[in-house]
Amino acid sequence: MTVTSDAVWSEQGTTPDAIEAALRELLFERHAEDEHFVPARVLNMIAFVDRQWSGEIANRLRGVGRYHASRLLVLSYEPGRERLDARVMIASEGEPAPGEIALLRETVVVELGDRHLDDLLTIADPLVVTDLPTLLWSPHGHEEIVEVLLELSQAVLLDSVEEPLAREALDRASALSAQAYVVDLAWLRSTPWRERLAATFDPPWLRRELRSLAAVTARHHQASTASAALLVGWLASRLGWELGPLAADGDALAGSARAGDQDVALRLEAAPELQVPGLEGVTIETASGLRLGLRRGTGGLRANWRDEHGEEREWTIPGASRGEAGVLGEGIRQALLRDPTYVPALRAARTLLP
Amino acid sequence: MAATTATELDNPLTAGLERQPVAPTTLVIFGATGDLSRRKLLPALYNLAHEGALPERFHMVGIARKHKADEEFRTECEEAIRRFSRRKPDDAVLSGLLAGVRYVGGTFDDDAVYSKLGEILDGFDKEAGEALNRAFYLSTAPSFFPVIVEELGSSKLARHEHAQVRVIIEKPFGTTLQEARELNRRVLAIFKEPQVFRIDHYLGKETVQNMLAFRFANGMFEPLWNRNYIDSIQITAAEELGIGSRADYYDSAGALRDLIQNHMLQLLCHVAMEPPVSFTAEEVRNEKVKVLQAIPQPTAADVSQMAVRAQYGPGHAGGEDVPGYLQEEGVPEGSITETYAALRLEVDNWRWAGVPFYLRTGKRLARKITEIAVTLKPVPHLAFSQAGSLGVQPNQLVLTLQPNEGVSLRLGAKIPGTRMIIRPVQMEFLYGTAFLSQSPEAYERLITDAMRGDATLFTRNDEVEAQWCICDPIVGTWAQTPGPLAQYEAGSQGPEEAAGLLREGDSWRAI
Repeated sequence: MTVTSDAVWSEQGTTPDAIEAALRELLFERHAEDEHFVPARVLNMIAFVDRQWSGEIANRLRGVGRYHASRLLVLSYEPGRERLDARVMIASEGEPAPGEIALLRETVVVELGDRHLDDLLTIADPLVVTDLPTLLWSPHGHEEIVEVLLELSQAVLLDSVEEPLAREALDRASALSAQAYVVDLAWLRSTPWRERLAATFDPPWLRRELRSLAAVTARHHQASTASAALLVGWLASRLGWELGPLAADGDALAGSARAGDQDVALRLEAAPELQVPGLEGVTIETASGLRLGLRRGTGGLRANWRDEHGEEREWTIPGASRGEAGVLGEGIRQALLRDPTYVPALRAARTLLP
Repeated sequence: MAATTATELDNPLTAGLERQPVAPTTLVIFGATGDLSRRKLLPALYNLAHEGALPERFHMVGIARKHKADEEFRTECEEAIRRFSRRKPDDAVLSGLLAGVRYVGGTFDDDAVYSKLGEILDGFDKEAGEALNRAFYLSTAPSFFPVIVEELGSSKLARHEHAQVRVIIEKPFGTTLQEARELNRRVLAIFKEPQVFRIDHYLGKETVQNMLAFRFANGMFEPLWNRNYIDSIQITAAEELGIGSRADYYDSAGALRDLIQNHMLQLLCHVAMEPPVSFTAEEVRNEKVKVLQAIPQPTAADVSQMAVRAQYGPGHAGGEDVPGYLQEEGVPEGSITETYAALRLEVDNWRWAGVPFYLRTGKRLARKITEIAVTLKPVPHLAFSQAGSLGVQPNQLVLTLQPNEGVSLRLGAKIPGTRMIIRPVQMEFLYGTAFLSQSPEAYERLITDAMRGDATLFTRNDEVEAQWCICDPIVGTWAQTPGPLAQYEAGSQGPEEAAGLLREGDSWRAI
């Protein structure tokens, strides 16, 4: 998204009323300037960030392109701050083409300190667009603040791979999912893998093989155990497996699930060579000797298939990497959707992790 | 093989996924070096690949008249994708997509082409270790459609054990009712109807699919959506451009065949159809066919009362002088091909009896717009004075399909002040302001649906014939009526003669 048109307002020692009035005035001015400037009205996003890291968060959000929330409210927290300062920016994707509209997206940055936290709702509430869904993101923790802001939010964005301990990350996601719809970037990173597994076993003659899976191995970035657990948890929840905790096996976690009258060997392995969060590969074997391997490759996933006679085939399934900015953008988009399979997968993943 | 139950056949892994699996497929494009292929099909395939939306196993074969090596064809594909794709291609994805692409050169009636094609298709199956589905995309001149279909039949490529074979046929599907029936007969002699996917790319547009969501996901409109509350419906597809370099095609088609017979009648069906029991291909298409069958087939005598045609003359567009149709390069002298067509149709059923449906389309009109305007009946009693204002006008709901997709509703509102004076105001909703996602190109959706075997967005045989039943008498009558045609100035609202179609008190909306 090329941002070429901005309207900016800022004030030190301001109030939510003044900020909201400035937003209305800037929108009115932009529309009066050219009626083809119209405000996007899709989604509010509240980001509660530590001020010292706010630049990094701003950079990440700039990368999401067209998935920028229509109104982004950044609550930039600095412990000792006494004064409430704010900046409002209204940006469009460019000048409107003849006969077409140009969307305006609003960013409000409010600088606040400890003394404002008790009344945080009264600061944030007037600054979100009424009747639009609101997505909450608190990338630097602040669980107590999240609890407060959940009152304004229908969805929470988090990334289970960013927590040091995978089990704690999944517990946290589980607790939040009881209060709001959780968009977990660790789960979204597994989407292409889940799509491919679903597609591989879609032909009717292969669907029955899902009932006789014998082994599943997921390889993941060293800090992305949560992603691997969610993927295996997804298979377990979709296929009705009985699970128990996995045990350490060197650098891996290993164990088994009960699928009907047979066991499925499960293994989550770190892939030290993987430089980005998420999964490196997944291998599934069936009792009849079929084996599907998927791993990251250039220009898509590299598939390896071994049939029941032991004959192997390899090919690439095209697909571009979304990159971390793409994953975050997808997370924002997903706030408007509902995936009924995440919570069961999360529940299963928590069972897997000791 | 053991018997399987329905439960065993369900795929539990697809729940919650936005993208549903597409079975492994080899796509064969006839006319692979043509304009449609270069501008639309190849870029659509790239974008599907980019998003990881192609089948697990996907192969492509291009077929065209000129002989060339696979590598030369791949290079041409790459150039077309780089030039016309809606996103900048990722080099690795692009080379992965094109790596296995094959090409067969030869005329479409040459048995050797199909023999070679069969070898390639079998080779792909062997390499995959399974029978891949086959989809034959006919992106050629219409005269080749029956030829290719019959060659596919005689070379035993219309069926494939353990896999699906589908044929995708571009428009136009016939240029008369007789041609459409004959083409259906020849196609259905080889393929079964569920194997046939007749493209009307309008149906692949998000905007057209949104019409169904608008009507059937919003309870507030349905009670009003009938002859008791709706006064008239206008469907407009206006272009500000002329025919450009398409004189050859356009002069043989004209506005009625180019847009009304297919796209605009589809829009009419979407406006007028009953809610389907479910959104399956058969249920949706059954309801559309009922609408088409409820439109009386005009007689030759009716045509002058319910149809108007015209040609654009010289005028102005975009601040420039532009030539008239007859002065355009490649247009035959004295051509009587219409560049503007307007119809007044009626849908004779319980819901719509007595409501006129006005359709108009044209080149070189004032601006580009596609919209459906639904005018409601006026309020039965007016307590307000009309003096001193534009007055109270009937509510009008406008569904705009392009360029700014949205919905606007004309309401009466009080002018601020001490008197109770009413004037019309607009309440507007723009789809672009309410969604984050970018709409895929129509061909991305249609190619995927065809590979999945979902025919909801394709035209069924009886549907295309019902469309032609409405248009054929008009085409026939016009063909026998000598010119010159009525003229309208380029860049204008269209010919004055179009007003003659309107019921007393009705008017065309400003374009």
